[in-house]
Amino acid sequence: MSATTRSARSTLATADVLVIGGGIHGCSVALHCALKGLSVIVVERHTVGRHASGVNAGGVRRLGRAVAEIPLSMAAMEIWHRITDLVDDDCGFRAAPQVKVAETEADLDTLAARAETVRAHGYDHEVPLDRQQLRSLLPAVAPHCIGGLASLGDGFADPYRTTAAFRRAAERHGARIVERCSALGIDRSAGRFRLNTDHGAFDGALLVNCAGAWGGEVAAWLDEPVPIEPIAPMMLVTDRLPRFCDAVVGAAGRPLSFKQMDNGTVVVGGGRRGVVDDQGTGTRLRLPELAKTAATAADIFPIMAGATIVRCWAGIEGRMPDDLPVIGPSGTTPDAVHAFGFSAHGFQLGPIVGAILAEQIVGDRGNLPLDAFDIRRFGSCKTDTA
Amino acid sequence: MDSADVAIIGAGPAGLAAAETLAAAGASVVLLDEQQMPGGQIYRGIEAVQALRRQTLSLLGSDYAAGATLAKALRNAPVDYQPGSMVWDVSRDLVIHYSREGRSQGLHARHLLIASGALERPVPIPGWTLPGVMTVGALQILLKSDGLVPRVPLVLAGSGPLLLLLAVQLLKAGAPPAAIVETVPRRAYRSAARHVPRALQGWRSLMKGRRWIRTLTHAGVPWYRGCTNLRVEGADRATGLAFHHAGRTETIAADVIGLHQGVVPNVQLTRLLDCEHVWDASQRCFRPRLDDWLATTVDGVSVAGDGGGIFGAVAAEWQGRLAGLNIAHRLDRLPSAERDRQAAPMRAALARERTVRPLLDTLYQPPPDVLRPADEVVVCRCEEVSAGRIREAVRLGCSGPNQAKSFLRCGMGPCQGRICGLPVAEIIAETRGVDLDDVGYYRIRPPLKPLPLMELAGLAADNDPAQ
Repeated sequence: MSATTRSARSTLATADVLVIGGGIHGCSVALHCALKGLSVIVVERHTVGRHASGVNAGGVRRLGRAVAEIPLSMAAMEIWHRITDLVDDDCGFRAAPQVKVAETEADLDTLAARAETVRAHGYDHEVPLDRQQLRSLLPAVAPHCIGGLASLGDGFADPYRTTAAFRRAAERHGARIVERCSALGIDRSAGRFRLNTDHGAFDGALLVNCAGAWGGEVAAWLDEPVPIEPIAPMMLVTDRLPRFCDAVVGAAGRPLSFKQMDNGTVVVGGGRRGVVDDQGTGTRLRLPELAKTAATAADIFPIMAGATIVRCWAGIEGRMPDDLPVIGPSGTTPDAVHAFGFSAHGFQLGPIVGAILAEQIVGDRGNLPLDAFDIRRFGSCKTDTA
Repeated sequence: MDSADVAIIGAGPAGLAAAETLAAAGASVVLLDEQQMPGGQIYRGIEAVQALRRQTLSLLGSDYAAGATLAKALRNAPVDYQPGSMVWDVSRDLVIHYSREGRSQGLHARHLLIASGALERPVPIPGWTLPGVMTVGALQILLKSDGLVPRVPLVLAGSGPLLLLLAVQLLKAGAPPAAIVETVPRRAYRSAARHVPRALQGWRSLMKGRRWIRTLTHAGVPWYRGCTNLRVEGADRATGLAFHHAGRTETIAADVIGLHQGVVPNVQLTRLLDCEHVWDASQRCFRPRLDDWLATTVDGVSVAGDGGGIFGAVAAEWQGRLAGLNIAHRLDRLPSAERDRQAAPMRAALARERTVRPLLDTLYQPPPDVLRPADEVVVCRCEEVSAGRIREAVRLGCSGPNQAKSFLRCGMGPCQGRICGLPVAEIIAETRGVDLDDVGYYRIRPPLKPLPLMELAGLAADNDPAQ
């Protein structure tokens, strides 16, 4: 045995819980585990919040969630409204209506059907808006917009600040966060995990995969590969405009996510995608696609025709084929759990997913339905990937 | 989408020389430049000044007049010159997006030469954000493009050749500065002395400097040397400059304060392209890593001129020609033997031109309180972030300029970090006690300069190379 191996072994850091990934979910699970008295080590390849968690549009949204996600989203929303109690920082959270605008009669029909579906499942947070109600929420909306759908108790937050706040809260409660440390593989022996990284190995009783767009690699290490696709939703931000919008706005008929921040700048996104490159760690914009986002914003808010763009960017997200995340226990390995592949809508769920995983880790099943997020739904794709 | 063998960004000495070289080799060249006329900053407005304002030409001096030859060569060469073009994005597959006459368009090039020159180093001293404070470069632009000379009490403060040159030019224009407040410490003269023998090879530059100094001394312009603790006085606008000199605090009343601490490479484009950069400790700035032919670490992208390190206008011109020869070779328009043969005398001239730099870099090293300002000084002007808040963020775990963006919005305003990038990196490195190379720099995002939303909206979908 070489000297380096011996020294690595003698300095092997140990914790109850090893978390791969320092995004919003990794930091949230670290915090919730630490609150339960567990020792936690988080390894993060870059810096905390470097990717989707730090650069997303910051929407805190229940509106338009897949039905399976609604219970989680509702529970998360309760935490968001008192987020300071949890992390000792308001995370830049502002309560604001989330509104989806109908531009055509067909849009209006789509939104009406959606409202009916949500009501049928026993929820009443999504309310249809007529032309007049839409204008009372969005005075600056274009004349051709004829109605909408709103979730009034939603909001938005500052994504990087939020992730950093969860990180600091986790650290205050004893979690250790190791940045610029790449996970390279997992060994399992004697009922424990050995997480190998480019900065030595870590030993733990439990393993949590919060590796976001790269969560599929970790799942493959556990012999349960999943069909995850890295995507790069694009966003832009403008210079400061006079205050004209207090809601977070989407569109029924085309991709849009639109909000005016406290300082007057306007952040516009909505899911039009750039290109993931540099072996999956970098992004490239597709400007003609982003041009459509700009055009949509100006169509729905005519005031935007006078705006100036200060910055455009894209973040990397992991998208699952059914646009639902993977949350819950490993299908192959005891004591390993997953929370990744949030398909570009994981930010709002961060506070609750960490709580759910921490409960699972201490053996509490909790009462939120998670079946739809089980990794075993992709069982068929466990094929020739060694 | 339009396409070309070579796109050149910047019509200063490097860009003009490269365009001439490449056009002569038969390459199709598009030359994009923000200004309405060729010349860059150094030869700004040269054609207009030469044709219409002979008086301005004489006070700007013979070095400036040298730009006319380059401008004329451009007019005679088959180059697609597009003045008034603001490049706001370049992708690694060399699709360039630029705004011209209120419309944005794309251009695909096989090779890109970045010749976007230098920026003035920001001089964040107390009060530098007050109206009435300008950079020396901005004052010189007024002189070059409009023949304007401030007829109000004016102080020039800082260090560097441009500070003295502008003082001479103002003097000749009949508006001498009320004072020159120079921050070069006495010990810098001692440490610079050892570079003098080598610098003598570039004797013409040295003679020029001596001439300026004589002119200013002869005219009796008050000249304070070895000054420290500069501070702009005034509540709503600048009313004067206070500083320590020879053991006392002096204050000079002035309505305009011209600040200068030399120039640094404009790395916005090379950072946007993710070229590898290195920290240049003697020039206290980042510069792109370049090979012998001025190629960056990104295939097809070269840099000529001060954008690759500060060596001045004459060196920029030689670099433009060298880079042009190599690009022509890579386009199969010039055999390597011929390229090397033509390059040899250019390399020799370039080496001569560089001999004076160690002396200037040592002498005009910016003072520590400009590189790493005191806590109360605003560093990021767009978002009004002080040096103290950056240091506090570092103590909270902010490890580099990109985290500073997230912590403080520092560098996220309309200037895109052009102004605050270096001081932010210096402050973080100092507070963390690590090297600048470890701290790094802002990731630069498009648009490089603010872009009307409707220009982006107007980009046609059929321009998308990814489709």
